[in-house]
Amino acid sequence: MVEILVILAVLLVAALLAYRFIFQVPSLLHTPLMSAMNALSGIAVVGALFLLAEDPGGGYRFLTGVAVVLATVNVVGGFGVTEKMLRMFRREDTEENSEKGERLPWS
Amino acid sequence: MELNLVVITVAVVALFLAGVALMRSPTTALWGNRIKILAMAAALVFALVEGELWTSLEAWLLLALGAALGLILAWQVKMVQMPQAVALFNALGGGASALVALVLMLMEEGIPTEIKITMLLTVMVGALTFFGSSLAAIKLRGQVLISLIPRLPGVKVNLIILILGLVAGAAGVISPPLLTYLAPLAVILVVVYGVFTVLAVGGADMPIIISLLNSFSGAAAALCGLSLQSPLLAGTGAVVGVAGFLLTRSMCAAMNRSLPAVLAGFAGSVTGEKALDKESVPGEEIPEEEGSLEERACMALQQSRRVVIVPGYGMALAQAQGAVKELVETLESKGKEVKMGIHPVAGRMPGHMNVLLAEVGVPYEKLYDLEAINPEFPQADLAIVIGACDVVNPAANTAEGTPIYGMPVLDVEKAGRVIICNKDEAPGYSGVENPLYKQNKAITWWGDASETVKQLKELLQESGFTS
Repeated sequence: MVEILVILAVLLVAALLAYRFIFQVPSLLHTPLMSAMNALSGIAVVGALFLLAEDPGGGYRFLTGVAVVLATVNVVGGFGVTEKMLRMFRREDTEENSEKGERLPWS
Repeated sequence: MELNLVVITVAVVALFLAGVALMRSPTTALWGNRIKILAMAAALVFALVEGELWTSLEAWLLLALGAALGLILAWQVKMVQMPQAVALFNALGGGASALVALVLMLMEEGIPTEIKITMLLTVMVGALTFFGSSLAAIKLRGQVLISLIPRLPGVKVNLIILILGLVAGAAGVISPPLLTYLAPLAVILVVVYGVFTVLAVGGADMPIIISLLNSFSGAAAALCGLSLQSPLLAGTGAVVGVAGFLLTRSMCAAMNRSLPAVLAGFAGSVTGEKALDKESVPGEEIPEEEGSLEERACMALQQSRRVVIVPGYGMALAQAQGAVKELVETLESKGKEVKMGIHPVAGRMPGHMNVLLAEVGVPYEKLYDLEAINPEFPQADLAIVIGACDVVNPAANTAEGTPIYGMPVLDVEKAGRVIICNKDEAPGYSGVENPLYKQNKAITWWGDASETVKQLKELLQESGFTS
């Protein structure tokens, strides 16, 4: 009972915070946002590995293995295309920019 | 629940959220992505350690295979193919969640009813995402085979299939002996619903359906987390679900569609037969101009100081991004101020047009969204429309009863002059005629945008005039 409450609490808090942060993402970055979120849905790989650790037999093991591969493709591919896209967004070539280089989030 | 599971969950989900928060600006978004990668790696390490799979060759091989395929896909994909790539990844995520829940459901004995319901729901949502998204990906690639699949006679039939699927699932849960038969039936019916919904969707509605399926893949992961009693999956899935939902909502607003109608499989059924009142064409304050197309276009380019370029999906179809970038540079070399107005549904997925322009090297400071650019049009001397029709159609503000009435559009008709580089004068996807084409201020140049935009640039170069 306590467990399900903890899970629901995490789910709710995560959803509320996500709601707040996603509003701040400009439409300029909606495609990378979506592909990154896409990669996150591959978190199912953790569930699939959990199943694999239970040592399922026969057909179950095969299905679990398929789930691991599908979710990993999702994670790696999703983050990969996001990185690829975000690298393309560049600012106007002014001298000031090229000196500063890529700005760090805390700068 | 073990303490370390709670700690790692909170840490990973917090990092995912921090990564999302950093996407508020293009300067920090790359770091946002890397933080998310780091958090995901931490989650994987945790799963391997907890499950004592560190030494399992099988686990490592499966992960390596997935990672290799993912890297190849990410490496190969072109920006114009991004919608189908995202649709494919959605399908994989949903499919994985469904498989995990399916194996759990079949393998474990004596599962409590509420967990069984969650598992069945996970399989239903995951399978719907897998098949719906795969079909969307195939459709976006433009495979001819799709047109051979018969369409359903109406929206109602589709909704009935969905309701039957849900009833079958509910009945199976209430009477456990029947679950063996009813659970597969429920999953099949829901999948059929998903397939027909995606089939009914037209090309221009794709941004909505991709966002929606993205949301579903998150919901599947969250449900999978509830099935597995894993707060990590539940929290992460919730983040994805919310993101997909918000994007779906903003796409619906930008396309003038209601979300329930899209869910009912309504999205594609647009009838744009209503004729426009041709008498009430606004913006006739300038007299009809004399001269050939080239002369008028050249004059408009030379005399303008402030220029707004509005690209649409037609630009991507004509592969004219490179030509557009050169036009921007030429205009600027002549001392003109150039901005680009991007409609939310200018591409095939949210934000797609920005990515296409970033790919050819247009700096993102020049890209303005609808709210930012619309107040600029009255001050603009010239708007150049490239491969866009519905998103610049002034009828959306005036023509009641047409499918686009009320849809937010870019107000190009408020600019001094408008050059339109579209393929032809046929209406856009909505089927509503564009009265802009008939206005005196409009210089319509039909043809392949990659050619016409290049000609525009050359006209400007040859004129040698600097404002």
